[in-house]
Amino acid sequence: MSSFLTRRLATIVPTLLFVTMLIFGLQQLLPGDPAVVLAGEDRDPNVVAYLQQKLHLDQPLPIRYLYWLGGVLRGDLGESLRMQKPVTALIAEKLPVTLELAAIAIVIALVIGIPAGIVSAIAKGTAWDYAANAVALWGLSTPNFWLGIMMILLFSVSLGWLPASGYVSPFEDWRGNLAAMIMPAFVLGNAIAAVLMRHTRSAMLQVLSSDYVRTARAKGLDERVVVLKHALRNAMTPIITLGALELGTLLSGAVLTEQVFTIPGFGKLIVDAVFNRDYAVVQGVVLFTATAYIALNLLADIAYFLVNPRLRG
Amino acid sequence: MATLALEVLPREASPGRRAFVRLSRRRAAMAGLVVVVFFVALALLAPFVAPYDPLQTSWSAIRKAPSAAHWFGTDEIGRDVLSRVIYGARASLLAGLVSVCIALSFGVPIGLLAGYAGRWSDALISRMTDAMLATPFLILAIALAAFLGPSLTNAMIAIGISATPIFIRLTRAQVLSVKVEDYVEAARAVGNSHLRIAVRHILPNVVPPLIVQATLAIAAAVIAEASLSFLGLGQQPPAPSWGSMLNTAKNYVENAPWMAVWPGVSIFLLVLSFNLLGDGLRDALDPRHA
Amino acid sequence: MTITRLTRGFGAALGLAAVLASAPMQAQTLRFGLAEDPDVLDPTLARTFVGRIVFAALCDKLFDIDEKLAIVPQLAQSYAWSPDGKALTIKVRPGVTFHDGEKLDAAAVKFNIERHKTMAGSNRRGELALVTGVDVVDPMTARLNLSAPFSPLLAQLADRAGMMVSPKAAQAAGDKFGANPVCSGPFKFVERVAQDKIVLERYPGYWNKSQIFLEKVIYLPIVDATVRLANLKSGQLDFIERMAPSDVAALKTDSRFKISKITEIGYQGITMNVGKSELAKTNPIGRDPRVREAFELALDRDGIVQVVMEGEATVGNQWVAPDNPYYAKNVPIPKRDVARAKALLAEAGVPNPTVTLMTPTTSDAQKIAQVVQAMVKDAGFDVKIQSTEFATSLDLADKGQYEAYVLAWSGRADPDGNVYSFDACKQPLNYAGYCKQEIDDLLNKSRTAGDLAERKKAYDQIAAVVLKDRPIVYLFHRHWLWAYTAKLSGLRTIPDGLVRVQGLKFN
Repeated sequence: MSSFLTRRLATIVPTLLFVTMLIFGLQQLLPGDPAVVLAGEDRDPNVVAYLQQKLHLDQPLPIRYLYWLGGVLRGDLGESLRMQKPVTALIAEKLPVTLELAAIAIVIALVIGIPAGIVSAIAKGTAWDYAANAVALWGLSTPNFWLGIMMILLFSVSLGWLPASGYVSPFEDWRGNLAAMIMPAFVLGNAIAAVLMRHTRSAMLQVLSSDYVRTARAKGLDERVVVLKHALRNAMTPIITLGALELGTLLSGAVLTEQVFTIPGFGKLIVDAVFNRDYAVVQGVVLFTATAYIALNLLADIAYFLVNPRLRG
Repeated sequence: MATLALEVLPREASPGRRAFVRLSRRRAAMAGLVVVVFFVALALLAPFVAPYDPLQTSWSAIRKAPSAAHWFGTDEIGRDVLSRVIYGARASLLAGLVSVCIALSFGVPIGLLAGYAGRWSDALISRMTDAMLATPFLILAIALAAFLGPSLTNAMIAIGISATPIFIRLTRAQVLSVKVEDYVEAARAVGNSHLRIAVRHILPNVVPPLIVQATLAIAAAVIAEASLSFLGLGQQPPAPSWGSMLNTAKNYVENAPWMAVWPGVSIFLLVLSFNLLGDGLRDALDPRHA
Repeated sequence: MTITRLTRGFGAALGLAAVLASAPMQAQTLRFGLAEDPDVLDPTLARTFVGRIVFAALCDKLFDIDEKLAIVPQLAQSYAWSPDGKALTIKVRPGVTFHDGEKLDAAAVKFNIERHKTMAGSNRRGELALVTGVDVVDPMTARLNLSAPFSPLLAQLADRAGMMVSPKAAQAAGDKFGANPVCSGPFKFVERVAQDKIVLERYPGYWNKSQIFLEKVIYLPIVDATVRLANLKSGQLDFIERMAPSDVAALKTDSRFKISKITEIGYQGITMNVGKSELAKTNPIGRDPRVREAFELALDRDGIVQVVMEGEATVGNQWVAPDNPYYAKNVPIPKRDVARAKALLAEAGVPNPTVTLMTPTTSDAQKIAQVVQAMVKDAGFDVKIQSTEFATSLDLADKGQYEAYVLAWSGRADPDGNVYSFDACKQPLNYAGYCKQEIDDLLNKSRTAGDLAERKKAYDQIAAVVLKDRPIVYLFHRHWLWAYTAKLSGLRTIPDGLVRVQGLKFN
């Protein structure tokens, strides 16, 4: 176990380093002088010069990279030039919003995906199977921003049931918070529900046909007991690890969903930062997300390792 | 000696033919294939099928609701939406196919190299792939597209590059599992060169899961192009593309909903079909998953 | 003990009476939908238009402008120019305090002007370039000394350069002042969550408090115009700015809401590369003014306004709108004349010129480009639209790597702000690369002349030359479109697009 752990940890550092190089390089190579963009409409040459100096734009690329990396190692992810706020503060502000959105989306995905997967596996080949598959495919095939716009049109504009945009902190008004989150979370959770449904289905199918379950059936146990107790429990493992890995999909989906519903989360932060050439923000947020992703992967691997005795040997 | 249950098909049928027969038995996948072919035909025959020039503006016919003259209505500067949807199929299909081709042409050789050569090149490639996968796909695509400039070609390159790590991983995994098979070891023992082994023995085994993944990746690439266009990167007006049509349409969702509905439905149908096809291929090429 | 009980009872009764009396004041919170998220809320560093909307409630300035773009006093009670025009004496309004209780006086004015001029990263330096220093004549009188007469100064002082912040707070906070601004406007800063909201609440010590009826103002940036409108209609917002023209017709029929509009002080135009780089010489539109004239004559401005802005814009051919006092009547808006355009192109020897039109990816710019492309095709132009991300387009324009560029300008109250930086040699916003000594001289004359008639004469002369050379082809001036709940009254429509909170109240 410990050798497994050390091997995995040893791979993390170079990976993270590559992530920093990748995103830093991409950012800095974007055309357009960020100092000019940030200087605003008047393009005052004094301001442009001041910003160029502040961003170390007069230095060559590798030096700028080292400046930034040095800051990162000290816990300083730099400052958003557009909002004059440290990136770490921005992350602390926006992360809970996207996390809440992601959490509700995952709940919705679980509520839709797992039952659909179970039904599809048990009732394989019947109309229920096709229906469940249709739900899954619908989730995977609809562009989430289009779905978002259609939902706003229906639920906010036509029916007036839900707010079209914005965000209210759950501590201020939990009802308003849920009302604002339910549509974007559904849009986001849609695609993940589809993936979850498929994995549940294939995991269940595998388990259902295994000796283990045949034995339980042979013992004469009630079909529902067989399914729920044994098959589902065994099928959970790959589903759980999958959940951790879907973080990347969640964040990608969040980018567009937050744009459409105007939710001040991570996704919106990054997109605006790319268009405003607010380098520090993009670099800091991507590094943070990549680290979280890698950490989650590691945890998922460890969990899988621990749960599955066969791998331990 | 008991008669063994023979397969319905004669034994000489190649694995490809057998897979195709299995595929043809799945109705959903066939439906998907039909729709895909329909859209491809639409894209190729656009000049003959579209009722109007997709770029033809008309000041008097701005945002007209669907009617006999314009089945899908007109857009904000008077262009026929149906014609633009038909021509838009070209951009979306191109985006899907070219991005995946780019991803395949980079991903497969690199994955082969990583899986086959092993040790240092594998470690290096794997770390870089991990790094790319750790960066959220859309963010990477946005940064790349912003870097290259907003156009359909650059969006395809951006999506292709962002999708490459998936194929690297997939190829590498397949290579690793096939590498230790007896027939590969035998081929080595006989003295075949690495390249020959890679191409003749390993590659054919990598192909089936690659086909499946590629089909599903095309679906994802079509959505990715629409997403990039929605953000203003990707196919630029006046050239028609479903994604950029949605980007413009979102401003008129209330007074001209037909502008948003039809491109969205088209994306949905095309992506759905590729997904169905991909699923069918997965089941056909690997009966265990049926 | 009975006395305490009595006092308590009396106090309770008073309290109750006060509550009852103030009951009608409940829920006087204005939720305002902005089209963008403002940048830093420090008047010295601020760079965006939308930030000025927030400043309208947060920070008062020395002067303000009214509906006719005339200068009116705000924090300054009165002013006087010296006879040579090189000194502006300002009498500070007495009784004004900052949100932290500090008093506004001439020393504070001096502090602020110097801060605008010297702080690192200050965006006001160019605006106050001709101010050499400030003298404190007496505790409530300040004198700004200039190196040369500069008529646009008052207009500058009616914007961020004239905003006064508390010297005590500014010194304490340094460059972090924008995180917690302390100004002298009707509302004081409470909190800000980036990209989410800016909350201001009424400052009870405001000098003009009789004009303030709101308790709280919350600014919410919502970039998508459709979503902004949806929020207004669903009741989550009370006020939105920059409504999309295509939404006007539908909202007009909804009696729950009112729409107000006025023509902006800015403009939408197409900038031509006439001298910024070598491209100006190789491309016919850059090197031959006849080609540019043909381009303009092939345009149907009314058509453009109709299609692109649904009629919610005023056609124009100059850097100021036709109803502006400084509009040069000697150069009226030309009518579309395709025949003449073709003749000019033939004369220039290029019957079918190709022009690459660099177009930012914003929806308005894209629409303009497409409509223009179709219109000038009739005269023989082959326009290629090159969609470019905004940040990149600025870079390319700066390097002169473009032929024509769809570019808007948000406008300044004084006409100098709409023309000097664009047409004077080597100015930062002169993307066209236009440079003519006689124009520079005339522009300087327009800045130093104090008399309206004299300035107008100079501008007429400038217009005669510049509009013939056409470094910029001006297309139209948009209408500012505000939509708000019918329960709100007191909105003043002022062409700078800012919403002043004085007088706004819920019925």
